[in-house]
Amino acid sequence: MGCSSSSTKTRRSETSLRAALIIQNWYRGYKARLKARQHYALTIFQSIEYADEQGQMQLSTFFSFMLENYTHIHKEELELRNQSLESEQDLRDRWDYVDSIDVPDSYNGPRLQFPLTCTDIDLLLEAFKEQQDLHGKLDDLFLIFYKNGLPSERNPYVFNGDFVDRGKNSIEILMILCVSFLVYPNDLHLNRGNHEDFMMNLRYGFTKEILCKYKLHGKRILQILEELYAWLPIGTVVDNEILVIHGGISETTDLNLLHRVERNKMKSVLIPPAETNRDHDTDSKHNKVGVTFNAHGRIKTNGSPTEHLTKHEWEQVVTIFSASNYYEEGSNRGAYIKLCSGTTPRFFQYQVTKATCFQPLRQRVDTMENSAIKILRERVISRKSDLTRAFQLQDHRKSGKLSVSQWAFCMENILGLNLPWRSLSSNLVNIDQNGNVEYMSSFQNIRIEKPVQEAHSTLVETLYRYRSDLEIIFNAIDTDHSGLISMEEFRAMWKLFSSHYNVLIDDSQVNKLANIMDLNKDGSIDFNEFLKAFYVVHRYEDLMKPDVTNLG
Amino acid sequence: MADEKDREEIIVAEFHKKIKEAFEVFDHESNNTVDVREIGTIIRSLGCCPTEGELHDLIAEVEEEEPTGYIRFEKFLPVMTEILLERKYRPIPEDVLLRAFEVLDSAKRGFLTKEELIKYMTEEGEPFSQEEMEEMLSAAIDPESNSINYKDYITMMVIDEN
Repeated sequence: MGCSSSSTKTRRSETSLRAALIIQNWYRGYKARLKARQHYALTIFQSIEYADEQGQMQLSTFFSFMLENYTHIHKEELELRNQSLESEQDLRDRWDYVDSIDVPDSYNGPRLQFPLTCTDIDLLLEAFKEQQDLHGKLDDLFLIFYKNGLPSERNPYVFNGDFVDRGKNSIEILMILCVSFLVYPNDLHLNRGNHEDFMMNLRYGFTKEILCKYKLHGKRILQILEELYAWLPIGTVVDNEILVIHGGISETTDLNLLHRVERNKMKSVLIPPAETNRDHDTDSKHNKVGVTFNAHGRIKTNGSPTEHLTKHEWEQVVTIFSASNYYEEGSNRGAYIKLCSGTTPRFFQYQVTKATCFQPLRQRVDTMENSAIKILRERVISRKSDLTRAFQLQDHRKSGKLSVSQWAFCMENILGLNLPWRSLSSNLVNIDQNGNVEYMSSFQNIRIEKPVQEAHSTLVETLYRYRSDLEIIFNAIDTDHSGLISMEEFRAMWKLFSSHYNVLIDDSQVNKLANIMDLNKDGSIDFNEFLKAFYVVHRYEDLMKPDVTNLG
Repeated sequence: MADEKDREEIIVAEFHKKIKEAFEVFDHESNNTVDVREIGTIIRSLGCCPTEGELHDLIAEVEEEEPTGYIRFEKFLPVMTEILLERKYRPIPEDVLLRAFEVLDSAKRGFLTKEELIKYMTEEGEPFSQEEMEEMLSAAIDPESNSINYKDYITMMVIDEN
């Protein structure tokens, strides 16, 4: 009995060992594929963000082009808010304006007492804690203060730009930072990021937030913000050893130039600074500094005050990316650096949103993936005509099908996005049993709503594709902030736009569309209404995926 | 003869592109290297299922003479191409997986208790880390019965992947 039972035992334990191995192996494979999907989603977000940045460069050169070529409108009317120094009168006007604002007794939000003290900081924090917004960076800020203490003389902070945009509580964050700065001007340092920029705010949400939250005074606040942004320093130097700068530096950055630049002349990354002084040398360099800002914060450690970094110094450049859940809930952790004199910098990671922290990985990945694919589909539909043409060119046999390789080639070329198309193909198109792509299925889950039936598809597509650029341009032209531009302005702007962006749309089509959109028939276009009319509709079924968490 | 060679070249070229895509997604510094800790994920994302032991050997194959913690694409590509060509480390079919659970469920109840699952996964085979165990439990265990109905679990996971 003893022998046979022990051999049965060993056999059983061998089989259970093998069984456990199988399950573990399978699970690890499953988990790896989840992780890969998560990374694919991140790659999509990053690719699109990068492409958007390129788009902004294009917009910026368009503005220069527009300034040079706009002859239909009086140049004074097209003043793109490039005023230089504030006059004394302006300052007095501003204080008068502030005094004239009536805060009703019914207002039960925080009331600040000037001169400001740390009590006011606490007041704001208490008041804003109510805003449990999952998307806003307010949670990030609270977490950082919670973990590291509030700013004070003993606890200095450097905030490296991009305080606003994308989240829903940008103004609350900015307020906390500004009040803290006024209370501790030598210990709280704010760097300007590329989103401290009225043009970026138009595109990435802060302008909307202000106009929504401040219906009466929003426009005035925006004007003041423009000035505030321009005065924010570009970089902060810590102990003469460390330079903290948003967007970082490249091998060709001239550090002495950074020191000399007159930062308040730079209204926006997208607009070349005004040539108020005849110093052409400085001006051309202004442009170069203006366009090197991009989306990540960098810290640079340097021992010697050389103009350009040596190779050794270059190796000490550290990049950190601060906001958690930057693209989507659960997408990434945020980070900050703690500097103590005499020791090496310490890095800390964090992530807010308790809800997503406790979700199983699968759900978080699903959320991110759905979000990324949705955004990608919007890009695809906005290039439908060009893509269809490219597909058909490759489809010699007119079969409606291409190899995955050919499909990937077209997608990459037309969209200009460097993505793992083969790995993403199953999410984006139908693939038959032979592994071939039915290319027209690239457009099946989404369509652009036509504002009017008569509008030609290509026109609709193009206007949809450039809608955020157009929004910025219209806002810039609309100098009296009325929300309206004249038909004449519209046509003139469109002519320039289409030639600069190489858009091959018949002028008459655009005119016809503008006439239709002129709802009041008074010769002016409400451009917000105009642009709102271009939106995409995702197929309902795709948005509602079955959500199976636990087994019941 | 020539046709077949052409076809194989095309297949290899396609594999190369696939491998490059999967690799680049983890190449955070865009310098054709990935952290060695991501190699397992990359290989599995390409549809292969090596065990931890097999993975260990593969890493040794693609590492530098003096391990740097990073794997270069040039070393990874030929090794991965061969794996794909030879169809090595095939994924585990659903029925084999089901049978594995049934083996562990000696009493043939149709489920495993949470404690049993933890015991097997963390003590046998290539044991799970605590993180892996918690992850699996969070989706697999029915909180009311504190057990996993493995047949339903497998079905759900398979639907999930597709």
